[in-house]
Amino acid sequence: MAKTTTRLFVASLMLGTAPSAFADKIFVSNERDNTVTVVDSDTLKVVKSIKTGKRPRGLVITPDYKEVIVCIGDDNRLDVIDTEKLEVMKSYPASGPDPELLAVNHKGDRLYVANEDDGLVTVMDRATGNAITQIPVGVEPEGMAVSPDDSLVVNTSEQTSMAHIIDAKSNQVLANLLVDTRPREATFTRDGGEVWVSAEVGGTVAIIDTKKFEIKQKLSFEVPGVRPELMQPIGIRFTLDGKLAFIALGPANRVAVVNTATRKIENYILVGQRPWHLALKPDGKKLYVANGMTNDVTVIDIASLKAEKSVPVGRLPWGVVVKPEAK
Amino acid sequence: MRVSRFSWLLGLCAASAAIAGPASVHPPAKLNVEIGYLGRDYPNPLPISLLEPVVTDQGLQGARVGISDNLATGRFLGQSYHLDEKITARDGDIIADAKQLLEKTQLVVADLTPEDLLRVADLPEAKNAIIINARASNDELRGKDCRRNVFHVAPSWSMRADALAQYLAWKRWKSWFLLRGNAKEDIEYAEAMKRAAKKFGGKIVEERTIIFDPGNRNSETGHQQIQTQIPMRTQNPPPHDIVVVADTQDTFGEYLMWRTSLPKPIAGTQGLVSVAWGPLYEEYGGIQLQKRFRAKIKRPMTERDYMAWLAVRVFGEAVTRSGKADIAGWRTYILSPQFGVAGFKGQAMSFRPWDRQLRQPILLTGPRSLVSTSPQEGFLHPKYLTDTLGVDAPETTCKLPG
Repeated sequence: MAKTTTRLFVASLMLGTAPSAFADKIFVSNERDNTVTVVDSDTLKVVKSIKTGKRPRGLVITPDYKEVIVCIGDDNRLDVIDTEKLEVMKSYPASGPDPELLAVNHKGDRLYVANEDDGLVTVMDRATGNAITQIPVGVEPEGMAVSPDDSLVVNTSEQTSMAHIIDAKSNQVLANLLVDTRPREATFTRDGGEVWVSAEVGGTVAIIDTKKFEIKQKLSFEVPGVRPELMQPIGIRFTLDGKLAFIALGPANRVAVVNTATRKIENYILVGQRPWHLALKPDGKKLYVANGMTNDVTVIDIASLKAEKSVPVGRLPWGVVVKPEAK
Repeated sequence: MRVSRFSWLLGLCAASAAIAGPASVHPPAKLNVEIGYLGRDYPNPLPISLLEPVVTDQGLQGARVGISDNLATGRFLGQSYHLDEKITARDGDIIADAKQLLEKTQLVVADLTPEDLLRVADLPEAKNAIIINARASNDELRGKDCRRNVFHVAPSWSMRADALAQYLAWKRWKSWFLLRGNAKEDIEYAEAMKRAAKKFGGKIVEERTIIFDPGNRNSETGHQQIQTQIPMRTQNPPPHDIVVVADTQDTFGEYLMWRTSLPKPIAGTQGLVSVAWGPLYEEYGGIQLQKRFRAKIKRPMTERDYMAWLAVRVFGEAVTRSGKADIAGWRTYILSPQFGVAGFKGQAMSFRPWDRQLRQPILLTGPRSLVSTSPQEGFLHPKYLTDTLGVDAPETTCKLPG
């Protein structure tokens, strides 16, 4: 192990300008700039700005960490970024029209894409980039999530205000749950027992039981001095131990910290303006927040729950994912 | 109450198990909801150019798209929606048509002038109806002529004027040269601008009435007439920052730009306009609605289309989320603090209890781009920032029976 480390160290010295090979890489989609910015997690410097198609929004990193796949809404395709070469290597036009968000299953062989214009979820084979099927859901599909055991897929439809629970084997819709207005993101808890769905205009997060397909509880948010209509939950991420949930609150410029056991909101962390999507550092120690209006990413330290730093990226940062070191 | 007109199929199909749950309201199972659309073939102002398409189905097409959006949620919940369309002829009998429609449904989208709207609302048959005004901006409908059974999704003249005035205050363009036509609506809008000036620190340096008969728009060298006429009509004003125009009939407002005697920007009913919606608005997911509308209707979505769409969506939200299956239950829900309809403005929109006006952000838009949205930063209100637009509770002249 020590030997490998030394070798890598030497390699990076030889490359001179190369960023530390041990740092994670943070990928941020910039909706306005048609780029994905890559940031080194140690130096917090921009490593590269990768040109993509028009209007990059939702993005995922594959379980093997080899690819970052980006929804390219205005070009009706997915762009696939090689996480070593940091370039778009190929595009998948079979994503269906106007893809907004996507999910990859944990096995890494399926992609689920929300087609905002057409009320569809497109299921794709990752190996070939071909569409397997399209599943009709509500109007303006957005959020996409796959359960930890890959058995369930959840999609949200903004205009229909629903969470659609889909069986991943049969690609059939099992249940449609009415949540609050304009649901945006769906995220499974680490144990898969719940899926949390944020409702942007409704201002709540619905906690859905994934066995009974029932809403167990709804969280709402309150900060003294901040008008209630600004509490617009979007991105949701859980800590590695599953004990805390982070919820980006859009125009309230804050990330809420929720204790998943008590369901109490323990903290509101002030970040940049209009935080949307979030990503956890793979070691679980930091949270990265994409701030749409201030064109930056806030780094939150999870142990202290403090915003440590903000990193300028492109214009209208939308989504964020992280590739761990040495993968 | 004509609730019996809805087909209840309760019991045939239990609410889907997925819907049940302690944290969710049970929407009624299996419900066919009839929504009425009442309009009239009012004369349209002449288009500025004969090449401009004349759209005769504004409003109605928005309501139709609203129905398809309601159906999209409804199909998962066992609820269906149908639009009962009634467009009275120009000289037709609105009362007879309204009575027929109210026989079938008590949920009505009204694409009517204030006069027609009040005649319909005051019918005994409409006593318990929910009528949503999706056209008229007249302030008296929200004031002394307000009615218990009339809700407004159309912004009032006061809301439009305040939205513009806040922006002008933000720009520090404080001196306004007010030009108005002579139509009833022009006078109403001009009055609203005068109130807005007082409220937000603007000054109307002169108010001038312009009677400009557009005549036959299709004439050779017509532009030369206008090029000489407009500077004459606007000459010798006191110093001002901006021309505010109230020309709802489109007779001269469009001709002001680049032709006034002094080189000033134009805002009001032309130039920089304050609207609930515009055909190029795309923020807060608005592009989705624009695309859906264009794909289906094959033309851009106008403000009247949006207002009718929103009215239908208000009914959809009431049916889906109230857990009730009767008019009284829906009315209570619409007026409750729980109610909020999304309309691509970045926030849930609700009705002001004092005059049943939907509070909403207002777009300030130029011919090809969104310039701003009001309320502007810095105009504060203890409850809703959107209540800085229009008539707030302490000033209302609306007296609704409890």
